[in-house]
Amino acid sequence: MIEMQDVWKTYADGTHALRGVSVLIERNEFVYLVGPSGAGKSTFMKLIYREEVPTKGQISVNGFNIGKLKPRKIPYVRRNIGVIFQDYRLLPKMTAYENIAFAMEVIEAPRRIIKKRTMEVLELVGLRGKHASLPAQLSGGEQQRIAIARAIVNNPSVIVADEPTGNLDPETSWGIMNLLEEINFRGTTIVMATHNKEIVNTMRKRVIAIESGLIVRDEVRGDYGYES
Amino acid sequence: MKVNTFLRHLREGFKNIARNGWMTFASISSIVISLFILGVFLLLALNVNNLASQIESQVQIRVFLQLDTQQATIDSLKTQIANIPEVSKVEYVSKEQGLEQLRESMGAESADLLEGYDAENNPLPDSFTIEVFDPQTISFAAKKIEALGQTSQVNPFMSVKYGKGTVETLFKVTNAVRNIGLVIVGGLAITAMFLISTTIKMTILARRREIGIMKLVGATNHFIRWPFFIEGALIGISGSLITTVLLLYGYHKLVSASQFDLGLMMIKLVTLKEVGLLVALLLMGLGTVIGIWGSTISVRKYLKV
Repeated sequence: MIEMQDVWKTYADGTHALRGVSVLIERNEFVYLVGPSGAGKSTFMKLIYREEVPTKGQISVNGFNIGKLKPRKIPYVRRNIGVIFQDYRLLPKMTAYENIAFAMEVIEAPRRIIKKRTMEVLELVGLRGKHASLPAQLSGGEQQRIAIARAIVNNPSVIVADEPTGNLDPETSWGIMNLLEEINFRGTTIVMATHNKEIVNTMRKRVIAIESGLIVRDEVRGDYGYES
Repeated sequence: MKVNTFLRHLREGFKNIARNGWMTFASISSIVISLFILGVFLLLALNVNNLASQIESQVQIRVFLQLDTQQATIDSLKTQIANIPEVSKVEYVSKEQGLEQLRESMGAESADLLEGYDAENNPLPDSFTIEVFDPQTISFAAKKIEALGQTSQVNPFMSVKYGKGTVETLFKVTNAVRNIGLVIVGGLAITAMFLISTTIKMTILARRREIGIMKLVGATNHFIRWPFFIEGALIGISGSLITTVLLLYGYHKLVSASQFDLGLMMIKLVTLKEVGLLVALLLMGLGTVIGIWGSTISVRKYLKV
């Protein structure tokens, strides 16, 4: 599913974000990525959805060699990877419905199907009634639910979530986690970077800890392992 | 591209106009203002050009004949002059008509200066008044006519006059005025292009983040570019349409309001009928091209996210 072999990433300013990372994430896994700020978690995720290319080493996602991907092919690979951010990244001038539908318009789905599927995921994230609201009219938790709906609308095989609960209060965070668990249960691989000790320790999933660009711990039913 | 997808881009282009209300307003305003200034100078230049042509077309060649020239010679000379390719019109003016014209042109107040001259006592020679197709060729045509006189043993021409020197200066002035007009209009057109494309670039700069998000969702560059392209075209078309309507309506009012006053000074403004289409096509074309160009260039820049 996702495989990295001795992946190095050095940025233009000389920062070594990753220094030889090898990992295998199987289909349908739920993986927490933990570690201090600046350890390389974000770079790890950016490499998966081809925001960055590795300086050295190989990454394959769904059988695509990400490092060697022609720029023209990038959009097609991304359509099979849902991305969720701490700051939601919704299109500010589009309604909740339009934001989700956009991801389906991109794959040139017929309008009728877009409508049906968009309403379906809105239902799934529990925001059917807010379909006409603009992002600014929604709470943080609601915005993140719309972002999740957008990420899953095309049934991707992988979801990459970079601190999805980072801006949310504990109660809202648990709502989001239940949603992600539900999506994982339906067959989607989830890689989630987080600083939330309580969530990691309660959910008991695979935990990969990154420090200074290296994987220092990889446990099947791990805990957070840091004082938060 | 699927028809459905194209329709989607079209819808999206229209929606973006409304979604980015203030940005759209800023872009259209900058188009209207720049193109309006350009249009005013364009009309000014067209009028100056027209005025120059009017003045130029008044130049003519006068050929004065020897006093004893026979009617047969006069007829033959008239035919020969008319056969010169540059010449558009030859008119024979007998000495009697000449005196009449002189009286007319000097006006009633100076009538006493010509007192005593009549058909019996007429100091004027017979003459030809000659007009040419292109005023700029007048000295060339005059030389040809002079050469015509020199072919016969006795030169039948007393003199060939076309305001030598004066005419050349006049043409220098009118040509200079035309060129200055062209430079001003050209310069304004370029300035307008930069001003408008800068505004459009800034509106798109504000949407750089949006483009980045679209790419993350897996949109191809084409997919992102199309609505921007349509939006740019719509802004360009509506901006230049507003300008054209305002400008031509205003000009039409100006022409009708000033008709009488300027008519007294023998100045005739170019009518809307004559230049309306040219100005409209030019402004609309320029506006549309700039709208599309500005948005396409700027989106391309941010697609490398």
